[in-house]
Amino acid sequence: MINIFEVAETNEMIEKENLDVRTITLGISLLDCIDSDLKLLNEKIYHKIYEAAKDLVKTGEEISGEYGIPIVNKRISVTPIALVGGAACRSAEDFVSIANTLDKVAHEVGVNFIGGYSALVSKGMTKADEFLIQSIPKALSVTERVCSSVNVGSTKTGINMDAVKMMGEIIKQTAEETKDADSLGCAKLVVFCNAPDDNPFMAGAFHGVTEADKIINVGVSGPGVVKTALGRIRGESFEVLCETIKKTAFKVTRVGQLVAKEASKRLNVPFGIVDLSLAPTPAIGDSVADILCEIGLEYAGAPGTTAALALLNDQVKKGGVMASSYVGGLSGAFIPVSEDQGMIDAVSAGALTLEKLEAMTCVCSVGLDMIAIPGNTKATTISGIIADEMAIGMVNQKTTAVRLIPVIGKGVGETVEFGGLLGYAPIMPVNQYSCDDFVNRGGRIPAPIHSFKN
Amino acid sequence: MKKTIITVVGKDTVGIIAKVCTYLADNQINILDISQTIVQDYFNMMMIVDTNKTTKDFALIVEELGVLGESIGVIIKCQKEEIFNQMHRI
Repeated sequence: MINIFEVAETNEMIEKENLDVRTITLGISLLDCIDSDLKLLNEKIYHKIYEAAKDLVKTGEEISGEYGIPIVNKRISVTPIALVGGAACRSAEDFVSIANTLDKVAHEVGVNFIGGYSALVSKGMTKADEFLIQSIPKALSVTERVCSSVNVGSTKTGINMDAVKMMGEIIKQTAEETKDADSLGCAKLVVFCNAPDDNPFMAGAFHGVTEADKIINVGVSGPGVVKTALGRIRGESFEVLCETIKKTAFKVTRVGQLVAKEASKRLNVPFGIVDLSLAPTPAIGDSVADILCEIGLEYAGAPGTTAALALLNDQVKKGGVMASSYVGGLSGAFIPVSEDQGMIDAVSAGALTLEKLEAMTCVCSVGLDMIAIPGNTKATTISGIIADEMAIGMVNQKTTAVRLIPVIGKGVGETVEFGGLLGYAPIMPVNQYSCDDFVNRGGRIPAPIHSFKN
Repeated sequence: MKKTIITVVGKDTVGIIAKVCTYLADNQINILDISQTIVQDYFNMMMIVDTNKTTKDFALIVEELGVLGESIGVIIKCQKEEIFNQMHRI
């Protein structure tokens, strides 16, 4: 039988170390809503999502109350809208009407984000993909809860450089459209390489076409729990360090698995995956950078950071896979800047640069995340940064992503405040040398060879 | 049997167990096991209870025990057992 110390340990993790389930995300396929009539399509989308998700928030709160574990977000992901709207939308404006429908239904069912305003263009773009991408700045400025993502590359297809060029411009336009809110629109826009179909985390969640009609995916979190556990073994060898991370990740993931199973049972929707990510928040003690410091670095970004992060990411996965029957999504340590107090401190101290962050993304999940850059950064420079990050994903057969925020009207040394889970960030300097001729070439970067690995 | 874990944490005072037990008895909740310890002057109690016979909604029990805790000056939590089993047992 469970003893008092085990109970106390669990409750301590919840109360003092910010253990929580970060999100229950309900994936909903909209493929059966496809219609050539735009009005009818919007109605079908609204009804399908409303019917599927009307009990999601209530169920999440019930589970949270019964087990005493906070479930921070309840969210929805849908089939990439470029596929759903292709038959009905004749212009970018038409796509914006779908974004409005998504926003409306998100408000009504009470979820805080709805992901899937997306296009998958890793090799080429259809007319619909192009319209959707062009509509992103407007869609993100007129809606509150819609999140958008574009997959521009993969290990199997290479990188669609036309799309990369376009996304540099789209990010700038989105920043302009939402400049009154410190370019917040860009915080809801992710550019991916090798985007997973079952990611529950925003802003990059969408419900892939390989998925079932509906599915429950859960994202766990717990950087504070890992940090506290490591605080007890200071000075010990790497073996002890790794064992401790694994055991902690196991416990955290088991909670996610329990919540996922319960939500699946109560909503009568099949269980998809648990995403084993260490997702930080701006709350003190809920930081991935603090774990790196606990491993032995003065600041995130110091020499040794990439190795420490590689170790952390791998041990989290090793502990987590034992705890859940189905692991998926992004699964790894997230290193967003604005959402992690330790990262913000490291940037402010001058310990962490964009280039070091890029190196760190080679060994951790996702990529250059929630990084504020000067508002006057050129679109081609943003495309160049995207291309670099996509190349890392493509060659290393992993998911990488870029979520940059060029803050209009602000420059290096200033700070931008997004509020809530999105946090705040010092604006980071960007390399000033040009990559215009590279980005403007047009076409694709071919898929890499899968042999002769070095 | 649906087992539930009740934990009480707070400054030690007279009658904590009595008050919690009275609430449980009034609501047909059977106590299966009690353990308690004092950690750094703080009263720490865990009860394993059986909530099969109670007609009350689980959420209401959580709320009422919370209110009872406030009136005694301690924190009372009521959680289904699975979260602890999942975390501490393979």
